[in-house]
Amino acid sequence: MKIEAEELSWAVGGTPVVRGVSMSVGTGETIGLIGPNGSGKSSLLRCLAGLRTPDAGRVRHDGTCIRGRPARRIARRVAFVAQDTALDADLPVAEVVGLGRLPFRDPWRGPDAADRAIVAAALGQVGLTGLAGRPWRSLSGGERQRAHIARAFAQQPDAILLDEPTNHLDIRHQLELMELLSAADRTAVIALHDLNLAARYCTRLLLLHDGRLHADGPPRAVLTPANLAEVFGVGAEFTMDGAGRPVLAYASLPRPDTAAASTAALP
Amino acid sequence: MTADPAAALPGSSSARQCGTLALGAAVLAASIAAAVRLGTVDVSWTDLARVVGPRLGLDVEPLPPLADSLVWDLRLPRVLMAALVGAALAVCGTVLQAVTRNALADPYLLGVSSGASTGAVAVVVLGIGAGTVGVTGGALVGALLSFGLLVALLHRTGLDSDRIVLTGVVVGQLCAALTSLVLMAAADADTTRALTHWLLGSMAPARWDAVALCAIAVPLGLLAAWLHANALDALAFGTDTAASLGVDVRRTRMILLVVTAVLTSAAVATVGAIGFVGLIVPHGVRFVVGARHRILLPHAALAGAVFLVWTDALARVAFAPRELPVGVLTALLGVPLFLLVLRRRGDL
Repeated sequence: MKIEAEELSWAVGGTPVVRGVSMSVGTGETIGLIGPNGSGKSSLLRCLAGLRTPDAGRVRHDGTCIRGRPARRIARRVAFVAQDTALDADLPVAEVVGLGRLPFRDPWRGPDAADRAIVAAALGQVGLTGLAGRPWRSLSGGERQRAHIARAFAQQPDAILLDEPTNHLDIRHQLELMELLSAADRTAVIALHDLNLAARYCTRLLLLHDGRLHADGPPRAVLTPANLAEVFGVGAEFTMDGAGRPVLAYASLPRPDTAAASTAALP
Repeated sequence: MTADPAAALPGSSSARQCGTLALGAAVLAASIAAAVRLGTVDVSWTDLARVVGPRLGLDVEPLPPLADSLVWDLRLPRVLMAALVGAALAVCGTVLQAVTRNALADPYLLGVSSGASTGAVAVVVLGIGAGTVGVTGGALVGALLSFGLLVALLHRTGLDSDRIVLTGVVVGQLCAALTSLVLMAAADADTTRALTHWLLGSMAPARWDAVALCAIAVPLGLLAAWLHANALDALAFGTDTAASLGVDVRRTRMILLVVTAVLTSAAVATVGAIGFVGLIVPHGVRFVVGARHRILLPHAALAGAVFLVWTDALARVAFAPRELPVGVLTALLGVPLFLLVLRRRGDL
């Protein structure tokens, strides 16, 4: 599924968060949305998912503007995984994953056999089959994150949008998840903090800075020392790891002025 | 793991759930019949048959008018009212706990019951519209006015879970202050004592007209809530996740707020704000049947009905001939039950 934004702007309480972003994601692409804290990644992701109505500009799914489109119709094609939805739900894991089938049935109806098969498959994809009957509250942060991803998979979406999905995950599950997302035919837009994961698994990166699209292109073209210095304020460059894959190496930050620091520490 | 994972998948136990619902309905019917017999005057099964029989067109010798009136005009509507109010409060509590994502939410969170108190006090003490509306009418008007204020305030700020809680508290506090003000400024000791029963919650004023109102409102409200059961499940995970699952969050929250406000108003208008039922029954039932609202809502309605029928019966007989306000008893019984549930869940 193709997702496009055209001159998209969104503000909260008068503060502009997304400012005139135009971008396009092609069918089957795996896009990394990167940028420092507060650069507008989450907000842009929510606009693309139809969860926020932009103040200006438009979002198109497969060429048609989604403004005013019912949530249910969007949910049949696009899945969204939010960041940090920790909470004390009493539902078993399988039922949380089963929520992914809601857009496809009458609002009062329960799941049928087909729904249950899809849920079981989604649980298998994220390696949670054994935890199907466990209460939600007993899960670790990483297991919850994977259950939410399974819930998104259960929507069988054409596009999946994820906000920091690798948070809470150990390194093995981070790699597994990124493999899963990048291998599938479905379009994926992933807000990420880990630039190395982004560089390794995404076909293209969108670098946001103060709500504006700063750079858009293949990882090597976006993660240049100049861009990283300007947007993140760090010195960094690509080196090669043992297997010949590019890895970002970060320079140490300049030490704070020791004279100023010692003066401040004294009464 | 040796357990069959499919057994835990959604919906695999619907047949069993229907079974428990049928059982619950049977328990409720038996409870109502048994509770009608209890009170300052005992009513035997034969008496009960002699009251109900003639009205069903059966060839049974009726009771003498006074005894007949006691059962038909006082006892029976009172017990039915307890069942309906219990069901309404439990359903409202269940819905509001999900809508506000707050385990401590109860039907009075929206300030509707405080509004009802203000309305009732205004009618009784200040005599506004007395004679035409009465305590019940005043309470109903007060409840709906306070809900109108809540919606007006929420309309500007949006229907965020925390906003609903905060705004409900603000409206409730305002109404409580108005109630105190009226009581302090204008009421004499007798009026205050007369109102105390209503303010604490008592089934004694229940008559057929109030039963009829609730008998219409409660099933409709339960149905409206149940039609949003899946959305309630999704709302537990927050606005964005629910919306991404196709739930029209704002509309759903507004519909459910209106449903709970109407149910709460219908319940408290006659019998006052009976505490704790709407808080503990949802938790207790969730603990037994799980948190899926398709299953939870009807079970909570039945459990709330049974709970209040028996607490009210106990309130009648415990210190007979004096009657305890049922609100006092629900709290006395509710607190230990609530602690037990928290403990079993591992929260305490």
